[in-house]
Amino acid sequence: MMTIEELQDIGRLEKEKQEGFRHRIHVCVAAGCLSCQSGLVKDALEKEVSRRGLESWCQVKGVGCLGLCSAGPLVSIEPDGVLYKGVEVSDASDILESLGGSPISRLECSLEQPFFRKREKIVLENCGKIDPESVEDYISENGYEALYTALRLMTPNEVVDQVVRSGLRGRGGAGFPTGLKWTTVAKAGGSIKFVVCNADEGDPGAFMDRSVLESDPHRVLEGMAIAAVAVGASYGFIYLRAEYPLAVKRIRTAIARAERLGVIGHNIFNTTFSFDVKVRLGAGAFVCGEETALLASIEGRRGSPRPRPPYPAEHGLWGYPTLINNVETFANIAPIIRKGGDWFASIGVGKSKGTKVFALAGHVKNTGLIEVPMGTSLRVIIYEIGGGIQGDRRFKAVQSGGPSGGCLPERFLDMSMDYESLAQAGSIMGSGGLIIMDESSCMVDVARFFVEFCMTESCGKCAPCRIGTAQIYNTLKKITEGEGKPSDLELLDELCDLVKNTSLCGLGQTAPNPVLSTMKYFLNEYKAHTDDHTCPSCACRMNNHAEEQK
Amino acid sequence: MRPPAFLQTALERDVHPVKVVTFKIDDRDVTAREDETILTVARQNGIFIPTLCHLEGLSERGACRLCLVEIKNSPRLAPACVTIPRQDMEVITNSERVQNYRKRILELILTERNHVCSVCVSNGRCDLQQLTVDLGITHVHYDYLYPKHEIDATHERFSIDHNRCVLCLRCVRVCDEIEGAHTWDIMSRGILSRVITDLNQPWGSSETCTGCGKCVHVCPTAALTEKGKSVAEMTKKRQFLPYLEMMRKEELR
Repeated sequence: MMTIEELQDIGRLEKEKQEGFRHRIHVCVAAGCLSCQSGLVKDALEKEVSRRGLESWCQVKGVGCLGLCSAGPLVSIEPDGVLYKGVEVSDASDILESLGGSPISRLECSLEQPFFRKREKIVLENCGKIDPESVEDYISENGYEALYTALRLMTPNEVVDQVVRSGLRGRGGAGFPTGLKWTTVAKAGGSIKFVVCNADEGDPGAFMDRSVLESDPHRVLEGMAIAAVAVGASYGFIYLRAEYPLAVKRIRTAIARAERLGVIGHNIFNTTFSFDVKVRLGAGAFVCGEETALLASIEGRRGSPRPRPPYPAEHGLWGYPTLINNVETFANIAPIIRKGGDWFASIGVGKSKGTKVFALAGHVKNTGLIEVPMGTSLRVIIYEIGGGIQGDRRFKAVQSGGPSGGCLPERFLDMSMDYESLAQAGSIMGSGGLIIMDESSCMVDVARFFVEFCMTESCGKCAPCRIGTAQIYNTLKKITEGEGKPSDLELLDELCDLVKNTSLCGLGQTAPNPVLSTMKYFLNEYKAHTDDHTCPSCACRMNNHAEEQK
Repeated sequence: MRPPAFLQTALERDVHPVKVVTFKIDDRDVTAREDETILTVARQNGIFIPTLCHLEGLSERGACRLCLVEIKNSPRLAPACVTIPRQDMEVITNSERVQNYRKRILELILTERNHVCSVCVSNGRCDLQQLTVDLGITHVHYDYLYPKHEIDATHERFSIDHNRCVLCLRCVRVCDEIEGAHTWDIMSRGILSRVITDLNQPWGSSETCTGCGKCVHVCPTAALTEKGKSVAEMTKKRQFLPYLEMMRKEELR
């Protein structure tokens, strides 16, 4: 049982406690930095603090993702606002030495660079700020206040209405209006309903959901609980892939702490409302990100999709109405309730509102996690935030939306990143993976890579996807090995059209996108492979055809 | 005259009391009960829609994609076996577009495994072969995949030849839904998928198999056959399915 006063007290006490420290050292303990030993850095800093007997005025805290993953381990010094990159265990005493004085110049990472300045944080606002394993820290940043507002000060209809007004669209890929989905589930009959969080992030090169769950798990829980209030559900599942062990641990810790405080569980905030959340682990199947396959997997069956309709909103888990949203979608909910749907709708462009988190990867200088308003151009993302192409080579293409997306060439650099523009260009927003490729990448090879991914991840249920992706892959393999014929391009076109239009679920329907988009924008490269048996980017190893002809 | 009292409340509450819809298939006016699919209604009216994974009496999967039909004003094709018609819907089953797609899908299925009719025990009695005739397929213009698959002949009376399997999963469904044994299941993904008995154990050593042979008789091809049959001798007998379905419905009443 918890009242708003108690909640605010917890937050205030935590804030006072933290502000009592003159220096606060934040060490990133999300997966990216942990993989380069930030855990040891944190231990070393803690040891150094106690060696110097500074426990009372210097705090060392593990926080979530600070964004610039390529420069990890990252350490930030608050309240001075200094960021250190590539920190090593041996730097601990230097860092403590410099507290209060001028920052260590050899480690300093400028916060003035566009990577940090151009960001606009909604989803990631607490990332790098709070301790992901402390519920009190989350509460000190207005955590669970939105849930209180939704439960005690608003009716479920008003909650749905705020989400509708915000114009928020599903961040999982398809961009379905979240408000409409909520309305549908709210209107579905029956007293048993489910809220499911899709955290089965499987796109190669995408790690937005992982970072959010590792850095701010309570944000997702609060979003789910508000959704449950709005649609009248009392059970929730988080479907999380087992390949994210740290995210699994953090979300489980978060659920346990939130339950102990009474902000999740029975009779939340002294109301009759109850919300139980359970974690279900995926076993490494990409197709389980498709909602009907995901539900089958939660039910304990083989994760293969089924034809829709009926949609999960009507007929979901065990046949009951089920609301499924992505991690990032849920992470947007608390701020929308706190600040209002109109505030959210004022950010972004056209029908794409708010911000989007992108995982910047590939041949850019700054790889990492960025959050920018919808409508930011690719040029800003790649050249300003990303810092340009590695080795100052030439930009060739960007793959957005993972294996379901498309490859866009240079002429789309000034295009606004929103759902409509991307769809028009033949790609999709997808979950937000952005893989930047320079002139050394062969587009046929890239298409082959993504089709191979879809082929091995196809569940095998429907014939076009099961056999069609294998046929597309074989053809592309032949072409990249220098065995292609000019007629293969027609065959590819036809196969892609078939798989796209006749497959059962989204995986098959979008699997040909990388091939179609590269054929559309880089046909010359395909022709060079099939007609002259050469690879313009020298990425494909041809079977001596070129030499033979000479 | 006022309706009798026991009917009144139900009538007043139901704003849309019609439980039967009328719609069009290939410009023919047809009617459907609210629980009937486009495929059911098409078959009632003698309109041909090819199917492979569908079998009357088993649950629907919507997986072979051969029954795709066009629905006017909808960009997406719909599988007739799982699509419930709406009032005034216009269904087109024989446009060039869907006929072309069906042929291509069937061609893909023919390339997936090793279907060699001339030496097959089901030659002349095979659903897959019949479909190629119905759809007018004379040749396949994709490359054959020629996978290597085994034959499991460990069962006393039956054998399974994965080279002939089209992954319709009729065997899995009949074993689970009708026989209640759930001996069959499917393993692996995508192009590597295959049906298995128990936890991928030899069929002959299966502890759950009752040896009823239902799977053999619902199998559309010669993937599942009775032992001791020579070329073109394997006849599938499926009368038990409608019979069992009817008898079980009787019992429920």
